[in-house]
Amino acid sequence: MSATTPQPIEKVSIVVSKGSLEGVYPGLIMANGARMEGMDASLFFTFFGLDAIIDKRMDHLKVATVGNPAMHIPTVLGAIPGMSAFATGKMKKEMEKLDIPPVREFLEMIHDAGGDLWACKATVDMFHLSMNDFCPQVDGIISVGEFYEKAAGGQIVFT
Amino acid sequence: MTTAVLDGRTIELDADGHMANRSEWTEEVARDLARQEGIEELTERHWLVIHFMRKEFEAKGDAPSIRKLTKESGVATKELYQLFPKGPAKKSAKIAGLPKPKGCI
Repeated sequence: MSATTPQPIEKVSIVVSKGSLEGVYPGLIMANGARMEGMDASLFFTFFGLDAIIDKRMDHLKVATVGNPAMHIPTVLGAIPGMSAFATGKMKKEMEKLDIPPVREFLEMIHDAGGDLWACKATVDMFHLSMNDFCPQVDGIISVGEFYEKAAGGQIVFT
Repeated sequence: MTTAVLDGRTIELDADGHMANRSEWTEEVARDLARQEGIEELTERHWLVIHFMRKEFEAKGDAPSIRKLTKESGVATKELYQLFPKGPAKKSAKIAGLPKPKGCI
């Protein structure tokens, strides 16, 4: 065993692959936290994670109440119309208490803090999207190869 | 418990290297702490943040989140990172003589 102290993490690249509210926030909190610690941070949005940066959708992300055993409600109840909106409203209220901003404001914060936001090219092509569909903070559309190039020398976190 | 000589006095530090007792803090101490963090000169904008941090800590018992800091101090996120490079919340807390902020945001 080496007696030297581990090197601090200097850079993280965080992949956001889910489009539910609870799927998006962990990545944003980790990216913002990285910048707060003085680390380089970038976010790569892929598959349904793209909803978090699509201008028309980012303000309407919902908590998944079906297929989520940690919600501790029976699946059939989770499927009742309005249940997801109810759970989303509750979670948003709790987050506001903790000073966790809404997705749009959070992305602006991360961007202003020097974090990069990237959209995944494969998904953009699959969903027939373009830069016009995204919020202005998005730095560009990149391939997975370019993502790995940009992630060089840092840690990759998949969410 | 480690100590540091700041403004010619021996001052106790906590495990994170922040001041252990914020009542020992003076603006001169802050200038020395800032120099240690690589900030050669504290401008009016730095002081605005530092005093806001101290005021919030006195009231709430913890340093404010970055969001609160930007919204209520009047210093935008971009400028905060310019004033206190490599981590504005932690650095400004340290210079303000406060413990490391506990929050995640």
